[in-house]
Amino acid sequence: MGEAHLIASGRRPGYDPGAKDGPVHVRQNPTFSFAKRRINTVHAIASSAQTPVIDARGVARRFGASWVLRGVTLQASAGETVGLLGVNGSGKSTLLRILSTLIKPHAGSATVCGYDVARDPEEVRSCVGYLGHTPGLYDDLTARENLQFAAAMFGTDAREIDRILERVTLSGAADQRVRGFSSGMQRRLAIARLMLVRPRVLLLDEPYSNLDTAGIALMNSLISEWAKSGVASLVVLHELAPAAGILDRTVTIVEGRIASEENLSAAQAPSLVVIR
Amino acid sequence: MTGGLSHDWRRARAIAWKDLTSERRSKAGFNSVVALAVTILVMFGFALGPDAQAIRDAAPGAIWLAVLFAGVLAFNRSYQVELDGGALEQLILYPGSRRAIFAGKLLANFAFVSLMLVVVVAVGVILFQVHIPAAWPALLGILFLGAVGLVTLGTFYAAMASRSRAREVLLPLLLFPMLVPVLLAAMEATKGLLGGDAMGDAGNWARLLIAFDVVFFVATFLAFESVIEV
Amino acid sequence: MAHAALSSTTVTAPRTNRLAMFGWFAFVFLVASQIIAIAISPPDRDMGDLQKILYVHVPSAWMSMLAPFTVLYFSLLYLWKKREEDDLLAAASAEVATAFSGLTLVLGMIWGKPTWGVWWAWDARMTSMLVQFLILVGYLSLRALVDERDRRAQWSAAVGILGAINVPIVYMSVRWWRTLHQIQSSPATVDPAYVIGLRLNAFAFLFVMIYFIRARYGAALLERAAEHALQDAALGTGGSNHGS
Repeated sequence: MGEAHLIASGRRPGYDPGAKDGPVHVRQNPTFSFAKRRINTVHAIASSAQTPVIDARGVARRFGASWVLRGVTLQASAGETVGLLGVNGSGKSTLLRILSTLIKPHAGSATVCGYDVARDPEEVRSCVGYLGHTPGLYDDLTARENLQFAAAMFGTDAREIDRILERVTLSGAADQRVRGFSSGMQRRLAIARLMLVRPRVLLLDEPYSNLDTAGIALMNSLISEWAKSGVASLVVLHELAPAAGILDRTVTIVEGRIASEENLSAAQAPSLVVIR
Repeated sequence: MTGGLSHDWRRARAIAWKDLTSERRSKAGFNSVVALAVTILVMFGFALGPDAQAIRDAAPGAIWLAVLFAGVLAFNRSYQVELDGGALEQLILYPGSRRAIFAGKLLANFAFVSLMLVVVVAVGVILFQVHIPAAWPALLGILFLGAVGLVTLGTFYAAMASRSRAREVLLPLLLFPMLVPVLLAAMEATKGLLGGDAMGDAGNWARLLIAFDVVFFVATFLAFESVIEV
Repeated sequence: MAHAALSSTTVTAPRTNRLAMFGWFAFVFLVASQIIAIAISPPDRDMGDLQKILYVHVPSAWMSMLAPFTVLYFSLLYLWKKREEDDLLAAASAEVATAFSGLTLVLGMIWGKPTWGVWWAWDARMTSMLVQFLILVGYLSLRALVDERDRRAQWSAAVGILGAINVPIVYMSVRWWRTLHQIQSSPATVDPAYVIGLRLNAFAFLFVMIYFIRARYGAALLERAAEHALQDAALGTGGSNHGS
């Protein structure tokens, strides 16, 4: 594919001066209140659904002497919800962490929202929301205080907090310390934190683990809500069941490589694509 | 809009508030660390006493070392709160400069160590039969400057040690040699002031201490980003 | 882009031969310098033949003072360019610096016992060297306790830079500390009769130090080459250069 050549030659994806439409200028959706910076037109990307908002090419990463990811190529477009399946240790979490800029790839490259994760991590961070394995909350603060802290760190104001707490059904526990929360409640609070800003890409690592039916339903309604507003989501899953209704595609990773992809959305005929 | 110095300052304050509030509410924290510092002081008393003059001479050293040993625990703890729940990842992903994280932790650790210093000095004055000098405001100044140097280097190295193996060993191993200039200056200035400062040395040591603090403050600020990101 | 990784073709046969030749040269030069220095210098009026140990102690001390700046240089270079070679060179320099610092301390104590009657007298230079030794040990401990390569390189660079900056500060503060409490004599080095011997040996030690650093670096490169071979096998790639 033409884009593959672009990547191999080191140029940024999405910008092809030879393309007949010429370079495309785009105002990035001012979803983050701090993302109102001007976009360098050389690095602009088209906001059409064809240009992937997550674009990983041959991403590899080692841990010590062994390789956790061995060349993963994966794309997701705006509004797409992609499920990442695989057993423990297959590298799904590592891929998510690379896309969130927490760690760097040791080979290959990845761009999110048009920015290279290794070269422009700050830009990627202002566009991405990451929900990790651990909720990343402070046990001795209350739910509300955790969100207030996050709001201060994001640079947004705290007005939305009450509404957000209600959306994740934590209003009753707003002033309780997180130490007493069940893991389901912690997960909901972690999601609530993501809602303080409006990322264009969501990277969710096993968001359904330890959730009860109500929690799963809430997670699904949130994700599909976001998908409708154009958010691309990459969801790491242990099993397909809880998320089946909201996924557009699933990708299965085995031993650091993509083993198969499957389209689930009703709009397209289901097809099985095997990529090695 | 969310870049810029004022927002980084707001972030630093938020982090300091979070650290101090968490510390205050977790029952373990401050009290046990201070208790440890006092215990260490008592141990020094046993090691060096009971001769009155001997322990009076040793008082400045014993006080600073007690604060140092207990402080090592405090510095590692300040990162522990981030590592326990995986909060450090989220902390890195927030926008703005990483230096805001350093500044916030510095503020929180400085408050912690200062409070601890007050308690240890009070106990030390009693245990080691120290005569409070007329120049005690200057003494407070020395304590302040020494604490700044200690907290700056401690917070910096703990960012690495707390995330390594054998963190209880690694932090002292890295930190103590680096603190030699600051500790020498602080201890000598303290000794000078407590002993009536016959030769006017305390002022010289104080000036050196300020210089050391500035150098290490700037160097750690510049280097912190490399250390917290990776 | 991934931190620029070394290609597995970096280690070549001619280079190792050149290094071995340089090593032999350095060794022969050292032996010759020692013999010359011992032969041409008269016994010191205070120390007698004990003075001869200074031909090892003093150059060793000079190398120990030089080596941290090597660590500083490569650490700064690493933070700037992010090349793995610079991290390995910094680590090699630190190991050699630790060895020379330790050697200086031991030789100093051997000189000190007959001179002062005690093994250790807390004099300014020896004490500063001891603190420098500990700073370097801290650096090596950090490297030993961090497994992840990028993190280890980045942290080592920061620690190396701060440690190197601190070395002159430590010297200054310890010297001030010592002049206040006691005047201490250090080995006299200015007597012209001894200058030639010292200068000769200083160069000899410099050559030896350079050889050690390069040799240690070469060993680290071999390790990397082996790891890269593993990498190629794991990824199923045939080439040796990676990353963007």
